[in-house]
Amino acid sequence: MGAHTAEQPAPVADQSVPTRTGLLIIGASQSGVQLAVSLRALGFDEHITLLGDEDHRPYQRPALSKEFLQGTVESESLIFRSNEYWAEHNVDLIKGEYIVRIDKEADGSGVAHSSSGQQFPFKRLALTVGARARKLEIEGGDLDGVLYLRNADDALALKARVGDAQDVVVIGGGFIGLEAASSLQKMGKNVTVLEFGPRLVGRAVGEETAEYFLQAHRARGLDIRLNTSATRFTGADGGTSVAAVELQDGTVLPAQIVLVGIGVIPNTQLAEQIGLTVDNGIVVDRFALASDGTTVAIGDCANMPNPVPGSEPGERIRLESVNNAIEHAKVAAYSLTGRREEYAGIPWFWSNQADLKLQIAGLCNGYDRTVLRRDEERGKFSVLYYRQGQVIAADCVNAPLDFMAVKNALAKGQNIPADAAADPATPLKTITTDS
Amino acid sequence: MPTVHFTDAEGAVRDVQGNPGDSVMETAVRNGVPGIVAECGGSLSCATCHVFVREDCLPQLPPMEDMEDEMLYGTAVDREDNSRLSCQLRLTDELELFVTTPETQV
Repeated sequence: MGAHTAEQPAPVADQSVPTRTGLLIIGASQSGVQLAVSLRALGFDEHITLLGDEDHRPYQRPALSKEFLQGTVESESLIFRSNEYWAEHNVDLIKGEYIVRIDKEADGSGVAHSSSGQQFPFKRLALTVGARARKLEIEGGDLDGVLYLRNADDALALKARVGDAQDVVVIGGGFIGLEAASSLQKMGKNVTVLEFGPRLVGRAVGEETAEYFLQAHRARGLDIRLNTSATRFTGADGGTSVAAVELQDGTVLPAQIVLVGIGVIPNTQLAEQIGLTVDNGIVVDRFALASDGTTVAIGDCANMPNPVPGSEPGERIRLESVNNAIEHAKVAAYSLTGRREEYAGIPWFWSNQADLKLQIAGLCNGYDRTVLRRDEERGKFSVLYYRQGQVIAADCVNAPLDFMAVKNALAKGQNIPADAAADPATPLKTITTDS
Repeated sequence: MPTVHFTDAEGAVRDVQGNPGDSVMETAVRNGVPGIVAECGGSLSCATCHVFVREDCLPQLPPMEDMEDEMLYGTAVDREDNSRLSCQLRLTDELELFVTTPETQV
């Protein structure tokens, strides 16, 4: 590092350049936690520092828009592991430190510097830095009460305001927007959802599922407006709190809370600063290694080769899900212990909205046929996606048997013939074939 | 304090004390019991917190709802009559529960 001049002999113990030891995991996220846990399970015996910029112990995010918002689970229930667990497994948990700069050497070691001036030396680096909410840059966007929902503090801010609010406008008809809208509606709020695009849930599901959710939410009294965007937010009488949302067509909706859920941006600043290749996330290989060959990057922040069997060579993907955070962390744990194991399992997702329980198995990109299974009486709905006769994915609403059957078939490389699947009375498990 | 005795597929036993109101799954995960995965964190979406409950403990537990019943058909190790998803089992004050975890959850 060239920190000492020839006239100054190096001090015996220089506090400013601590010994580089162990693994530093930046991001106390689902993937960061899983990486630490998987490494210990694999017998990794070096020191691990799990560092996060929030003032909370590592917690689970999915409930923030659902059970936590509605007050049906306590914050303590969201904590991943007890303090005793981390101590027993020799993992140092660092809260509330925001890394602003990393000095990294060619051998993969280095020192991370936090905004408070602390230094965190490491032999190996893992980036589990996730993604941040995309901001809506329109007039009034900085008024009090214009909120986002990505982390625990966001959820606490929303909860703190929700008691005094009667009207809520949710901007964005994706998973987060619809989950939060359903929760807030259940809490007695008058909720309107504005979606910029022509259908709900964007690219994550096919047309049929999007249409099903539109009808189902409207039937449950949610006011959903497609092809609609807000032009500005206004305060009451020049106040600093939001009071209304103005739409393109001049409509004014009262809103004491505006919740914006229009997607996320992967956190790539640190990766860029240390010269890693970045393209819609931190670019990694099949073993979760970034372009320097030593740093691992996993979860929402990583752009990886599509792990699904049968995907096009060279096809890349960035997945935002709990399941991906876990599976990708396992791949990275193998890499860091000198093994090469590829991504296992089939990507899956879930979203709970009111009494609609959506489970998605696989990725539907590139499908050429869908098969619908509907059981109106029991409120079940599934769409199976096919490419060249092979099932590749399914969206299942209140239909866990269908979800499980497709997930298991995909994992085993089996097929569920489309024609036979079209009869909703036939359990999919019974018609699964070795393709 | 409620206690859960987890026996893994190889027969190793781990006794964990929990808090009333918490689920058996949460109690396991927070303490790092390896046989419980619980990807979905208890929202009844993943069926990776499957346990076999010792027969004499079954009457102490809440009855199974339809969704849990259906999810149990998708577990990695096939369900038995004493199968439950541990995210649906809440600890009560004096509960002493004996469960076995399956060989794999995924």
